[in-house]
Amino acid sequence: MENRTDIKERIAAIEPSAVWSDAGDGMFKVPVTSFRGLAERLRNEEGFDFLRSLTGMDWGEEGLGCVYHLENTATGENVVLAVADPDRENAGMPSVHDLWKGADFNEREAYDFFGIKFVGHPDLRRLFLRDDWKGHPLRKDYDESLNPLNMENEDTSDEAPSYELTRDGSYILRRHPLFEDQEYVINIGPQHPATHGVLRFRVSLEGETIKKIDVHSGYIHRGIEKLCESLTYPQTLGLTDRLDYLGAMQNRHALCACIEKAMGLEVSDRIKCIRTIMDELQRIDSHLLFIACLCQDMGALTVFFFGFRDREKVLDILEETTGGRLIQTYNTIGGVQADIHPDFVRKVKEFIKYMRPKLNEYHEIFTGNVIARQRLIGTGVLSREDAISFGATGGTGRASGWACDVRKRHPYAMYDKVDFKEIVLGNGDCFDRYMVRVLEIEQSLNIIEQLIDSIPEGEWQMKVKPVIKLPEGSWYTAVEGSRGEFGVYIESRGDKSPYRMKFRSTGLPLVSCIDAISREAKIADLIAIGGTLDYVVPDIDR
Amino acid sequence: MKRNVNIKSMKYEDFNDNEYIEAMLKELRDNGTNVIVGCLDDVIEWGRSNSLWPLTFATSCCGIEFMAIGAARYDFARFGFEVARSSPRQADFIMVAGTITHKMAPVLKRLYDQMADPKYVVATGGCAISGGPFKKSYHVVDGVDKIIPVDVYIPGCPPRPEAMLYGLMQLQRKVKAQRFLGGLNKGISEKEYERRMREDTNKTEDYNEYDESGLA
Ligand code: SF4
Repeated sequence: MENRTDIKERIAAIEPSAVWSDAGDGMFKVPVTSFRGLAERLRNEEGFDFLRSLTGMDWGEEGLGCVYHLENTATGENVVLAVADPDRENAGMPSVHDLWKGADFNEREAYDFFGIKFVGHPDLRRLFLRDDWKGHPLRKDYDESLNPLNMENEDTSDEAPSYELTRDGSYILRRHPLFEDQEYVINIGPQHPATHGVLRFRVSLEGETIKKIDVHSGYIHRGIEKLCESLTYPQTLGLTDRLDYLGAMQNRHALCACIEKAMGLEVSDRIKCIRTIMDELQRIDSHLLFIACLCQDMGALTVFFFGFRDREKVLDILEETTGGRLIQTYNTIGGVQADIHPDFVRKVKEFIKYMRPKLNEYHEIFTGNVIARQRLIGTGVLSREDAISFGATGGTGRASGWACDVRKRHPYAMYDKVDFKEIVLGNGDCFDRYMVRVLEIEQSLNIIEQLIDSIPEGEWQMKVKPVIKLPEGSWYTAVEGSRGEFGVYIESRGDKSPYRMKFRSTGLPLVSCIDAISREAKIADLIAIGGTLDYVVPDIDR
Repeated sequence: MKRNVNIKSMKYEDFNDNEYIEAMLKELRDNGTNVIVGCLDDVIEWGRSNSLWPLTFATSCCGIEFMAIGAARYDFARFGFEVARSSPRQADFIMVAGTITHKMAPVLKRLYDQMADPKYVVATGGCAISGGPFKKSYHVVDGVDKIIPVDVYIPGCPPRPEAMLYGLMQLQRKVKAQRFLGGLNKGISEKEYERRMREDTNKTEDYNEYDESGLA
């Protein structure tokens, strides 16, 4: 599709009531009444098929609402829409879950956090908090004393509420059964070794075949976004490492980059280069752990030990410079915590030499293994369309044939100066999801190799004021995390702490598609599917 | 009677905090350990402290380091911890590795209740000890000792694998300094313990109220 006119003009033509606001990245403010129509046209006629991020908002006087980040995957165009409903008590908005499948869970999250009713959403339960939770914690007027620690076991409700709007503006609540009476439903998790953390599935079975999966998350919901609102910008950095701890570097990179963008600060080439190398080391670490855990789940325990053996080598390098093994807290606003260790370059080179032949070991022992292939090939197929619609980025999206690498889509740091291949496979099954990551290790090694000898001289920490205040506005920055697009959305009102900070979870879209891709699979395959989707639960729950 | 708390893996003097072990021993002696029972205790505790099986339980970041000590480099199999069990019924101790949230708290309590006595709890990392970086959050339990009794605390965010091993050795010592036949590790009197056990039994008899939704 050739780019006819600027998207701004096109939107103004479609929906004259949308107001362009310039602060920060800039966004369209759309009235609630015309939002649904605009969304439909953007999706169906303008080709905005990827909902990058959906952020619930509490704008105080202006009401509650959402910010939608949309992308056209064919042209790479981006647009941001903000929609607010001034009626705080009874805020409601049209649901867009049928336009972008990824909106399903995101709208449940916004309902959970802000109490916004999404009209037309078929299953508007809370996503993270308990069903008997009082109030909505991310609202500015939330009273924390409402919810003391409740040690009663939680009752699982089998009903999905949905809201309908009547002519006079009131809502009708309808309830639909989640499972039929005769259905055989088993529970997996939250304490289960194969869910990779505290995730819970309720699985409806017919014999061994999965009919439906109901995902329950929130067992590790730590309220990070709300915490950030009371921290200064430098303080918020401490929490990102702990979201997806296997992408600690990249998460923090995204947050720092977002704050730097808002400050209008350009970092030196040296910093960019160091960050790029660190990000890639982290990616290798994460992918090795992915392989290790997947193989362990599938019964190949040897590979678990191999993975951890090689991973320790990466950790040693990271530790020498940053002081941390798992959680490095290395990036800072405008730089990095400390210059690289004098041995860094040598050790990284040694590691590259060490790692390349080791990859064959994985192929020999696992990739070619008959049992592994039988279990992985053809199971849990995610189509390209679905991957985009769910927003399943990272290795999962690329295994489905969607070139969704942020490093290529929106190059940042040094990624436009290095030569690497974006691994895109096409089958979308478990095996491809596994292969993508093994092949990406190789690409990461290539990237590091190109940079390691030519780390530019310069500062490793730019001069920044001790108290950082961002101007009014909102910004979104994304990096390619270990398991997909990790985005940070900041809305500032000119203070030293953010008004709202939202992290685009890499894992949430991945679990939201698990129901779609596991249907008709066998229950045993669920383990392989969950393993290859490669989510990290604290990153889903935030 | 003399009982020692030496464990094979590390010298007594190399531990930083021997006072608490001494105090535990003193209490044992003051209560007059019977010679025969004492010897039997020794044998049982030797066996128990060298084969403590953890429950596979990890909620977040600290859990990855827990996996790392299970792998070859740090290898907790050297000390008898390697048989990680997925079922609480078969585990001796639970290593609370990671943040415990409000939603998870009843689940953790339930897991703990499902474990067979004698059972131990190791709080790993800032989150399990006090809520760590998320102490102020609306959804984080500030310390698992609010919901279950903790035997060993391992500080860090995440603790280094070495620290975890040190903590686990402390647990071994603690197990050794306990009387198995009589006397339990809950920090409560025997009477109180029996009362609670009875309370529990009575509760489960009312099976109509027992939640069978299958959360565990
Ligand atoms: S103590 Fe630190 S590393 Fe451990 S779970 Fe908490 S935040 Fe993660």
